[in-house]
Amino acid sequence: MPSLVIQDLHVAIGEKEIVKGLSLTIKSGEVHAIMGPNGTGKSTLSKAIAGHPDYTITAGDVLLDGTSILAQEADERARAGLFLAFQYPSEIPGVSIANFLRAAVQARMAEGEELDATAYYKRLYAKMDMLKIDRKFTSRSVNEGFSGGEKKRCEILQMAMLEPKFALMDETDSGLDIDALRIVSEGVNTLRGPDLGVLMITHYQRLLNYIVPDYVHVMWDGRIVKSGDKSLALELEAKGYDWVKKELALA
Amino acid sequence: MATTDTLAQDTAATENPVAGIDQTKGDFSYDVSYAFDAGTGLNEDTVRYISSVKKEAPWILEFRLKALAKFRSMPMPTHWATKDLENIDFDKIRYYLSQGQKPKRTWDEVPDDIKKTFERLGIPEQERKFLAGVEAQFDSEAAYSNIKDIVAKQGVIFVNSTEGLREHPELFKKFFGKVIPTGDNKFAALNSAVFSGGSFIYVPKGVKVAQPLQAYFRINAENFGQFERTLIIADEGAEVTYMEGCTAPKFSTSTLHSAVVELVALKGAKIQYITVQNWANNVFNLVTKRGVAHEEAEIKWIDCNIGSRLTMKYPGVVLKGRKARGEVISIALANDGQHQDTGAKMIHAADETTSNIVAKSISVGQGRSTYRGVVHIPKHLKGCKNNTECDALLINTNSRTDTYPAITVRGDRNYVQHEASVSKVNEEMIFYMQQRGLTEGQAMSLAVNGFINDLARQFPMEYSVELKRLIDLEMEGSVG
Repeated sequence: MPSLVIQDLHVAIGEKEIVKGLSLTIKSGEVHAIMGPNGTGKSTLSKAIAGHPDYTITAGDVLLDGTSILAQEADERARAGLFLAFQYPSEIPGVSIANFLRAAVQARMAEGEELDATAYYKRLYAKMDMLKIDRKFTSRSVNEGFSGGEKKRCEILQMAMLEPKFALMDETDSGLDIDALRIVSEGVNTLRGPDLGVLMITHYQRLLNYIVPDYVHVMWDGRIVKSGDKSLALELEAKGYDWVKKELALA
Repeated sequence: MATTDTLAQDTAATENPVAGIDQTKGDFSYDVSYAFDAGTGLNEDTVRYISSVKKEAPWILEFRLKALAKFRSMPMPTHWATKDLENIDFDKIRYYLSQGQKPKRTWDEVPDDIKKTFERLGIPEQERKFLAGVEAQFDSEAAYSNIKDIVAKQGVIFVNSTEGLREHPELFKKFFGKVIPTGDNKFAALNSAVFSGGSFIYVPKGVKVAQPLQAYFRINAENFGQFERTLIIADEGAEVTYMEGCTAPKFSTSTLHSAVVELVALKGAKIQYITVQNWANNVFNLVTKRGVAHEEAEIKWIDCNIGSRLTMKYPGVVLKGRKARGEVISIALANDGQHQDTGAKMIHAADETTSNIVAKSISVGQGRSTYRGVVHIPKHLKGCKNNTECDALLINTNSRTDTYPAITVRGDRNYVQHEASVSKVNEEMIFYMQQRGLTEGQAMSLAVNGFINDLARQFPMEYSVELKRLIDLEMEGSVG
């Protein structure tokens, strides 16, 4: 069974260590949520796993299906089955969503192999219907002038088309009103299944009302300090992050 | 004839829909024996030699000699242009090389060594596909020239400059050197002294040429200067689209391309002139292009500059008649070691004339892009409009871009609008695309194609596909 294994990971930005020894195993079909206050290293974790050049992994390892991905460029990791849904997706002026995804799909094909345009559009439209996205959407330039909700739906559509083994979802709920949150969550729930492992990163518990995780982890100062099932999220909601802080002080 | 294939690069590459703009296809040369060679350096004897080889009328020789004197008397324009111009050694350049043959009308007649060159570049397969006529110039002279019967029957003349001046002097003499006078600039003077090749086109009254005419320019010899001369006349109500593609192999020393292109659109005529050049990165490309648009006529330049060491080119339109329209769409990509100094000139000389300039430049690595524009609307005119838009895209922090718009608008009965923007392809955008599985090169290429997308859509399909591929190649090569 496919797995994403994070082993005693240490990540630094410049000289400053942000993630300080984090371990976590995600298996296909599982949804894990990492919760924690701002500045605790949640986004750093996801970007480092995806291979952002600004983040240096100083110790530890990340294994995708048993193979370390740390020597791979970001695009190789992506093609190996890793997807990052960005908190702040970039705009790509002049490049339509349809063309962008087409390039991404083409990049996954063997050298010399040509993409079948008809089949591609058929699949794209099927995914859009499944996610209840209007067909006009894909002729717009990627993220250009999009509302917060449109940006996140664009991320979900890309995830649906690229069919990753593991998806890292970085603050997917940030900047969304309640309607947009519901729509985006429905999308994620639609994609959820035995062939996809998900790591959701969130500051707030409310997202977990819509996407119910199998496991919840609390991150504090670069480490996972507490793990449990979905009830842990509710407990956090009720008691606040200070509760974790106090527990840590006692320990 | 000894023909040695001095192939620099394997070109078993992919199929080329339009010849002449894919650098992997262009980077090769053949040893060719030249029957006529003006030697190196430039003096009156060089000019007399070229003129005698071409069996020109005395007035043309006189025109050339005057131009040579003009060229010598004019300083290099380095008071405003780059000092790199001083690196051109006019004494080391070969000004005329030809095998002495007349341009062939059928492909089979073309000498084998030249045929090989053009076949590698995809000519004439594409001629069969969508062109009304094609001319292929190899160094100084046209090697192959063909116009479809149906177009010829409409009275369209499509010949090289030598033939045009010899066979149709009454037609071409009237406009030759009138749109761009010899003393317009130093390189126009140089071209006027040693010009050879290029297309002379006449489209009769009311004739609308449905398919484009194409010329293809190929520099094959080292230290060579190519000085083609093109004159296109669209008579009243006529319409024509002309496309040119240019390549040269990479040599260790610099090569000079200095063309003069004159367009005349008479009343109600339309001329569209499309250039996609992909010179090797040691070519000095110093070209003067200008058109005169008479009453209600329209001239549109679409100019894509990729490659070369230095390109200086500012296509212009003189809006001479009431309601004339001029447009320049310019795309320039400056990669490491390249300087694209491009722009446009719009000279309004009649009421209710309109002009539009859209210039997009991309600077990569150490590449440098400069936009220079002139828009001139004198005080006595009314109802004139100009729109100018310059957008620059920078890829990595070393690249440089400059904008020098010179807009002179006098009087208060005219309307001018100017917009400029500079944007960067930043690391986050590249990471975003890489996270979707694109390589760094593919990501940059997509960003560049997105940047020029609105302009590329105006091109004939074959050319926009080729332009995209060319950008892909440039960007692949620019990733460290």
